[in-house]
Amino acid sequence: MLTRIRTALRDQPKATPVPRDYDHTRDLGDVIEVLAERVADYRAAVHRVQADRLPVWIDALLDARGARRIAVPADLPADWLNDELTWLVDRPPLSIETLDGCDGVLTGCAVAIAETGTIVLDAGVAQGRRALTLLPDYHLCVVRADQVVATVPEALARLDPVRPLTFISGPSATSDIELDRVEGVHGPRTLEVLIVEG
Amino acid sequence: MRVGLFATCLTDTFFPETAKATVRLLERLGCRVEFPLAQTCCGQMHFNTGYAKQAKPLARDYAELFGDYDAVVAPSGSCTGMVRDIHPGLTASPIAARTYELSEFLVDVLEVTEVGAYFPHRVTYHPTCHSLRMLGVGEKPLRLLRAVRGLDLVELPESSSCCGFGGTFAVKNAETSTAMLTDKMHHVIGTAAEVLTAGDNSCLMHIGGGLSRLRSGVRPVHLAEILASTEEEPWSSATR
Amino acid sequence: MVVRNPVTWLGTPAFPKAAKDALANTQLRRNLRNATSTIRGKRAAAVAELPDWERLRAAGAAIKDEVLANLDTYLIRLEAAVTARGGTVHWARDAAEANAIALRLIRATGETEVVKVKSMATAEIGLNEALAEGGVTAIETDLAELIVQLGEDRPSHILVPAIHRNRAEIKEIFQRAMPDVPADLTSEPRALAEAARRHLRRKFLSAKVAISGANFGVAETGSIVVVESEGNGRMCLTLPETLITVMGIEKVVPSWPDLEVFLQLLPRSSTAERMNPYTSVWTGVTPGDGPQAFHLILLDNGRTATLADEVGRQSLRCIRCSACLNVCPVYERTGGEAYGSVYPGPIGAILTPQLVNDPKDKQAASLPFASSLCGACYEVCPVSINIPEVLTHLRARVVENKSSLAPEAIAMRALAWVMADAKRFERAQQAGTLARFLGRDGKITRLPWPGSKWTDVRDVPVPPAESFRSWWRRTRGDQ
Repeated sequence: MLTRIRTALRDQPKATPVPRDYDHTRDLGDVIEVLAERVADYRAAVHRVQADRLPVWIDALLDARGARRIAVPADLPADWLNDELTWLVDRPPLSIETLDGCDGVLTGCAVAIAETGTIVLDAGVAQGRRALTLLPDYHLCVVRADQVVATVPEALARLDPVRPLTFISGPSATSDIELDRVEGVHGPRTLEVLIVEG
Repeated sequence: MRVGLFATCLTDTFFPETAKATVRLLERLGCRVEFPLAQTCCGQMHFNTGYAKQAKPLARDYAELFGDYDAVVAPSGSCTGMVRDIHPGLTASPIAARTYELSEFLVDVLEVTEVGAYFPHRVTYHPTCHSLRMLGVGEKPLRLLRAVRGLDLVELPESSSCCGFGGTFAVKNAETSTAMLTDKMHHVIGTAAEVLTAGDNSCLMHIGGGLSRLRSGVRPVHLAEILASTEEEPWSSATR
Repeated sequence: MVVRNPVTWLGTPAFPKAAKDALANTQLRRNLRNATSTIRGKRAAAVAELPDWERLRAAGAAIKDEVLANLDTYLIRLEAAVTARGGTVHWARDAAEANAIALRLIRATGETEVVKVKSMATAEIGLNEALAEGGVTAIETDLAELIVQLGEDRPSHILVPAIHRNRAEIKEIFQRAMPDVPADLTSEPRALAEAARRHLRRKFLSAKVAISGANFGVAETGSIVVVESEGNGRMCLTLPETLITVMGIEKVVPSWPDLEVFLQLLPRSSTAERMNPYTSVWTGVTPGDGPQAFHLILLDNGRTATLADEVGRQSLRCIRCSACLNVCPVYERTGGEAYGSVYPGPIGAILTPQLVNDPKDKQAASLPFASSLCGACYEVCPVSINIPEVLTHLRARVVENKSSLAPEAIAMRALAWVMADAKRFERAQQAGTLARFLGRDGKITRLPWPGSKWTDVRDVPVPPAESFRSWWRRTRGDQ
């Protein structure tokens, strides 16, 4: 096939240098506010909370859903978890059936992109393996203010592509019926985001 | 300014009033207009149908014939697009870059939008695909129309969608072309305009041919004829 | 013997005939009109939100051109990076080779059922049919693909293969063909999506092998990218033990930062979203996370032939966003099936005949003519493919392969001969005024074939007695 390619290129086309004058960053004002607004545009619930109130919020949100059995990565900060719920720690790895049957999953993230309302998981600290945030129908995701960037180029610069990455923009959705977006197909149908400041 | 008029083969043959109006208008605005009689066709139909080989000598003739003019003006976005975008790929054509569609020439080169026109009719404007997308004339024709005294400009819904002409497309894919034409006519008739105008007689011939078959009463009139019309010498439907 | 490229569907008539049949279907036209007009408005708004859109577009085109100009280098780099991370790379010259590799890999696992993420490359090579012949069932997990599969239909759009169906029709298809369909199913999109979720859930949880396509492959790192919405992609890319990805060779990009361009261009152009719900990126195999066996099949299937054409090669920039379909006035009326290929619409009209690469294929040869050259496709293309330019270029290729004695060729030569000389042109104009006898009230309502194709629905103006040049000569002399 390489021979075919080289034959096809016998005219030696010269590509022009790639113009990189597009915006790498952009002044969006308060990026936290923009992130919150754009995540909410995808019909995900978003809450801005102070760091010391995080455990209370986690409790309250799970309680409001009646969620009792929550999957978590093994390295979630201990102070996020209260004693009253059943935390299903992914070590040793939880079975597919357990993940499918639990009430939700709680994780952190690697980066969040304000302009597009996107959260990126890289299987790093407080995120776990990819299946963990896929099978439960409810995903509660904690975003730290210092993880928020304005644009896609800024986000990619922070990420290591050889880690398994998942970009999440709202709950699972489809545009397959009349090219109109509806939420809720195979992935988590409810995404809730806690943005932690201070 | 010494301006060469490229009438285009279609307008020369079928719509001489458009070319006469272009001459009247440009002369009124102080241009010296010449019509080199050796001109024929830009070769667009050949090129677009796959006969680039036959289009080449036509492009060459064009470049030779008009080479000395300060500018060439054509009352057609489509033929201007052919000259400006395609001719340089077929032959050396320094004049290609100095060839303008009428509304571009008025607004960009002569820098006028008020051309002293008078046209007391309800008019809707169809931006033809090639003026819109090959040339990027944008709002220029509308700015000219808005400055015409007496003219009642009504917006054409979904104006930027193609009328379905596309040269030999209208014959090769007649049914699809007709479906596109039908929607376009529906929008035109919906505006209740008396006159449909555009910068291309080809598209006007297409939409107008359909409107005539429907006996809709909407008249196709080229932009040049509207802009040339004055109180002293008003446009008359009898000449069309 | 030339093996047929399955990118086109055997038995589809040439475009004008297929389009005529499609145009007769008023329901289809209504569905398409509604869907495309909705998405057109949304796309325009999503694009207008980025002040640097034109710069991103220029960068996107340039990155793709850089890749194409050095495709061999980047593919070798990609292979090395994927291999270094525990993946296996296979090279397939055509559909048959790619299908055989996939079948061999599946058989080695002992499985007879695989789950699939929607992928144009696998549709293009007819993978599902080839696997079925080899005793393997491929289950489409994308909602639209599922609708097409259950409806025993053909895909009619690159992104939304079931765009020709409205919600009521989808409900009927589900009620007819989905084995575990809920008794109280409504045509509410949310209910339809829910039915699909339940239907496929067990398949996802038990699948051992998955097949996907790839939106991008990063040469420098070996990372593969899949962009999707529903989460069926994540299911397939994460849960099974073995993942087989079929990727067109033009999908490679040089390095990771290049994706910052495409991850902005693609979602806004395709579904008019700031970002699609899910994008997955994986590199080879990650212990403890996702499939532990990864195979990447690099597919040619007509791409090198396309690459060899200096004008046509820009078609390989395509990132399959389908924006060109949604704005195309021809596609909006005829729908996708009329193109007889998995690639319909403007991009299909240039890509399909190049991938087929058979001058004798009349159906493929009809596609470059399925356009009024209005240019709306070029205007929205996020990688600036000059589709009208490629269309006219391919038309010229079709004409080259046509007999010089064909009536059209003779007429075109005659016309060129007339136009080559102003005197001849003027004599023709004068002869043309004879047509005045055909008309009345200044119009002609009936012409003989092929003019009848025009006069079936349109009048022709009667040429005036005096052409412009005659008037000029009469009033201004021969200056």
